[in-house]
Amino acid sequence: MSLLAVSHLTREFGGVKAVDDVSFQIEAGTIHAVIGPNGAGKTTLFNLITGVYTPSSGTMRFAGTEANHQPPERLARLGMSRTFQNLQICMNMSAIANVMVGAHLRLNHGLFAGMFHLPTLRRADRACREEAAELMRFVGVGAYIDAHASEMPYGALKRLEIARSLAAKPKLLLLDEPAAGLNDSETHEVDALIQKLPPAGVTVVLVEHDMKLVMNISDRILVLNYGRRLAEGTPREIRENPDVIAAYLGTGG
Amino acid sequence: MALPRSFGLGALLVVLAVLPAILPNDFYLDVAIRMAINAVVVIGLNLLIGYTGQISLGHAGFLGIGAYASAILTANYGWPSAAAMLAGAIGSGGLALLVARPILRLKGHYLAMATLGLGIIISIVLVNEVALTGGPDGMSVPNFSLFGFEIASEQAWYWVVAVLLLGTTWLALNLIDSPAGRALQAIHGSEIAARVAGIDTTAAKVRIFVLSAVLTSIMGSVTAHYLAFVTPTLSDFFHSIALVTMVVIGGMASIYGSLLGAVLLTALPQVLAGLEGGETVVFGLILIVTMIFLPRGLVPSLALRRLALRRRRA
Ligand SMILES: Nc1ncnc2c1ncn2[C@@H]1O[C@H](COP(=O)(O)OP(=O)(O)OP(=O)(O)O)[C@@H](O)[C@H]1O
Ligand SMILES: [Mg+2]
Repeated sequence: MSLLAVSHLTREFGGVKAVDDVSFQIEAGTIHAVIGPNGAGKTTLFNLITGVYTPSSGTMRFAGTEANHQPPERLARLGMSRTFQNLQICMNMSAIANVMVGAHLRLNHGLFAGMFHLPTLRRADRACREEAAELMRFVGVGAYIDAHASEMPYGALKRLEIARSLAAKPKLLLLDEPAAGLNDSETHEVDALIQKLPPAGVTVVLVEHDMKLVMNISDRILVLNYGRRLAEGTPREIRENPDVIAAYLGTGG
Repeated sequence: MALPRSFGLGALLVVLAVLPAILPNDFYLDVAIRMAINAVVVIGLNLLIGYTGQISLGHAGFLGIGAYASAILTANYGWPSAAAMLAGAIGSGGLALLVARPILRLKGHYLAMATLGLGIIISIVLVNEVALTGGPDGMSVPNFSLFGFEIASEQAWYWVVAVLLLGTTWLALNLIDSPAGRALQAIHGSEIAARVAGIDTTAAKVRIFVLSAVLTSIMGSVTAHYLAFVTPTLSDFFHSIALVTMVVIGGMASIYGSLLGAVLLTALPQVLAGLEGGETVVFGLILIVTMIFLPRGLVPSLALRRLALRRRRA
């Protein structure tokens, strides 16, 4: 059974259908790309899947349960995590604390446990800090382990967000333009990083404008246009799809 | 966070321990006690405002509930002081819990207005229930006694509030460096990122609001017994503003900043004793000047400057 199954998902904003009757399935252990022109509804689709927006209509199954109208914190418990197109880093916290926030559900987050720093909590917290440092090295921001988030450059913050979402040990990770604003070598690093995720048990949904990256690393691709599903298939099928070629005419996809 | 926790706590312990020995007389001891009481309240308020990013302009209301619960229940009904204090804390916590969900759904100005309204309502009730509270004239409060011991002398009160302050500082420092504390700070930094990380942001906001209300209420009870007299001014709008000013001046999201803010602004009225009624104006001026020149507050601004200096040297 698929990890995520979305059926007839629709979201209107004042009469405009940002996502219009979109259905697709995602198999565990794959990299699934969502592409489409600006304003096609990719981020809105992510917001619907992760519970940030509630759909106008449509249903969703995730990790074997009906997951309609669930808030993000509930979906997180089921193993869903994401990054944001517009950075959502906590600039009031250190870099490593941002990553540790990602591990929230795996730690004892009771108020009294925190106030009295119970020995078990202290031990788990120390282990979590080490894991967070390890994750920061894994995504290539090891140089900022002792930094405050507000001191980090944009490219590093993008990857810090990936580290935070990985700290949750999610089953499904949705990455909204993880390479946007990165230089070539950083993009390559992120590219390599994403490919390491499915073998480690993290299924990936990826929104990305960099066609070369998408074609290289995706198992399947969903193409959106004006909120509607234009095509869905393997990179080869998508590259040869006449509708997609028409929609992307001139962009070299 | 710039200093190791044990160092900061140790320094505070030393200061609190030697202070009574070097203070020339009870007048200074009295000021120190008021500083410590305010500091405990301001630490709790800073957890809500500075760390979690939720403003409250009504916290003096909880101070009033604690103070009057202690005053009324001990003076009029003969309750043991600890039981009265507990009743006040439960009342404040219950009220906070009741209003927290609708209030904390609001953001920014709306949250400020709602908490302001809450504080004003509590204050008005205390002023108008003359039969119970003595109205604007206030009422006197018996000594605090526990297991047959009475806390009456200035010295005794000093040690009580010193222990409360040290304990609160320790608990608060622990909290901000724990998963629950990071969750609060994440809510401030990005509520949506916090939710995606699995943090139940509503529940977390409610809990910290209730916790700070209970802490404030307990200090209200302490104030009532210490002063042996309460008036509704304890709970009024100006007192709420004074508390928030202490948070802002000392530094948002800084525990030691809370201490400094409470110390400075508690000392201020003593310094300005000559200026009849001018202290509110000076409070306002200090707030404006701080916001312009040190928008992060004293302690965080100084910490940043130290960090920048160290970076430059490195
Ligand atoms: N909260 C909102 N309120 C109103 N309209 C919205 C909202 N969110 C998205 N939209 C609209 O929905 C459409 C799809 O936007 P969306 O951000 O999902 O596109 P996208 O595919 O992610 O684009 P991009 O590649 O630029 O990130 C746009 O027309 C946008 O203006
Ligand atoms: Mg987008």
